[in-house]
Amino acid sequence: MLLKGKVWRFGDDIDTDAIIPARYLNTSDPKELARHVMEDADKDFPNKIQAGDIIVAGKNFGCGSSREHAPIAIKAAGIQAVIAKSFARIFYRNSFNIGLPIFESPDASERIKEGDIIEIDADKGVIKNLSAEEQYDAKPIPSFMQELIIAGGLIKWTKKKIKGAAK
Amino acid sequence: MTITEKILAAHCGKKEVSAGELINAKVDLILANDITAPIAIQEFKKTGAKDVFDKNRVAFIPDHFAPQKDIKAAEQCKMLRDFSKEYHLGLYFEVGRMGVEHALLPEQGLVGPGDLVIGADSHTCTYGALGAFATGVGSTDVAAAMATGECWFKVPESMKFIYYGKLNKWVGGKDLILHTIGDIGVDGALYMAMELEGEAIRNLPMYGRLTMCNMAIEAGGKNGIIMPDAITEEYVKGRAKRPYKFYTSDADAKYVEIREYDCSKIPLTVSCPHLPSNTKPATELSHITIDQVVIGSCTNGRLEDLREAAQIIKGRKVNPNVRMIVIPATQQIYKDAMKEGLLDIFIDAEAVVSTPTCGPCLGGHMGILAKGERALATTNRNFVGRMGHPESEVYLSNPAVATASAVLGRIGVPEELGL
Repeated sequence: MLLKGKVWRFGDDIDTDAIIPARYLNTSDPKELARHVMEDADKDFPNKIQAGDIIVAGKNFGCGSSREHAPIAIKAAGIQAVIAKSFARIFYRNSFNIGLPIFESPDASERIKEGDIIEIDADKGVIKNLSAEEQYDAKPIPSFMQELIIAGGLIKWTKKKIKGAAK
Repeated sequence: MTITEKILAAHCGKKEVSAGELINAKVDLILANDITAPIAIQEFKKTGAKDVFDKNRVAFIPDHFAPQKDIKAAEQCKMLRDFSKEYHLGLYFEVGRMGVEHALLPEQGLVGPGDLVIGADSHTCTYGALGAFATGVGSTDVAAAMATGECWFKVPESMKFIYYGKLNKWVGGKDLILHTIGDIGVDGALYMAMELEGEAIRNLPMYGRLTMCNMAIEAGGKNGIIMPDAITEEYVKGRAKRPYKFYTSDADAKYVEIREYDCSKIPLTVSCPHLPSNTKPATELSHITIDQVVIGSCTNGRLEDLREAAQIIKGRKVNPNVRMIVIPATQQIYKDAMKEGLLDIFIDAEAVVSTPTCGPCLGGHMGILAKGERALATTNRNFVGRMGHPESEVYLSNPAVATASAVLGRIGVPEELGL
């Protein structure tokens, strides 16, 4: 899977209240959540992004609440992937569970600039910066997570398991 | 093995597990609230499961935007109610019977030592105070566990935090954990188990332990945990609705890091905007004026927290420039506070007392900040916009500091009131 897009940059410790403020959590409609994505970190963000863009951030992206609305809002806004130096653990789980591609890469997090065009080879875990003509490695995805991705997410994986048990 | 490893091993049918290992473990209790359960319900229905794995082990607690603050919130709460009826859930807590989830479940004896608990709420880690493994997950994880009774985990590495000595006056669990987060940072324990021990922890009452484990997530931790002891036994006996088991860490258990604190040097501590790790001694912040004080939440809304606040404000008035909002975390706490006369003390001081809700902690309702306003709260997060307008500010402290500040109209300590 190749993911190519334009980069928006964010710093360290972007929390889930910045990704989707709780004042919008009286709904779980992805489209409505997408309208407010990253609003408290950059209030123009929902208007200036285009489908296929990529977020690159610093350490501990997605810290704070367990709200799955955070990766859902990012995905529904058309953001293809998130790259960060590190992710908070619940956000990390949630992203895999809902099918938002995320990549841990300290190198990419340090080198990529806003507006760069990058291409992520999700299978190889390689990130190419087409603007800067550089290449960075992403941390390998744990094998169980790969199994989840292949199954099409946790719910499909669970569904298979339930069917298997019934037989 | 550590206590965390032992509990995880016991729940996946293994004699031993070690850090980094992926396991599929049985869960003792699953919880979700009015924000996270709606997605869990939708996803659960997609699994094809005919029923939840155990009707008495799935707890739905509408507490965030409840009592229902607007039409959309009412629709979300209704989803929980409808699902609970349809599947005959034994642990659905309607308004009037509910409380802030992480205060309610320990109080009702629904979580206990040795349990493995997951919740679609990041502060699920609170129950580590009882010697349980408890961690926050997302709605989809909850949905899968509702269907199967299981959840996958990576066994975390453990960090040990040892607190020596005695606490200074008015210093409590909140100060210890804020100080610790200030020391290691908001990702200082990322993915790890935070095991808390030492003389000060052994002497810390259960409410202080619950406060500390509650905020393990604020350091990025997977769980906070305290080895159960006589204080734990005293708390759970007579409450526990299920058998429980005490686990302890072995002398040769592995820790990636051990940090030690001399409690005589830990001051009354305040987290400044916009990260819980941005801590300062309260006495250095006396120039910070405030518009609102909130006493409550899953962190500090227990009876002992209210007693502490009442002790400080008794016979005094809330500063004319401040709104003070007191939120007992459960119906039981509300009732006990009423019987003890605490609510009279708050109302006489011109504070407002609310029914249990998470409300203002996450900027939901019952005390939202306007642009430029500043609050001191006993809650757990002070991120940008957490309690209202993105240009408002939240400071975090223990109940004593928050209440003294409500009287002073600025951040201050009880000593300034002669206490």
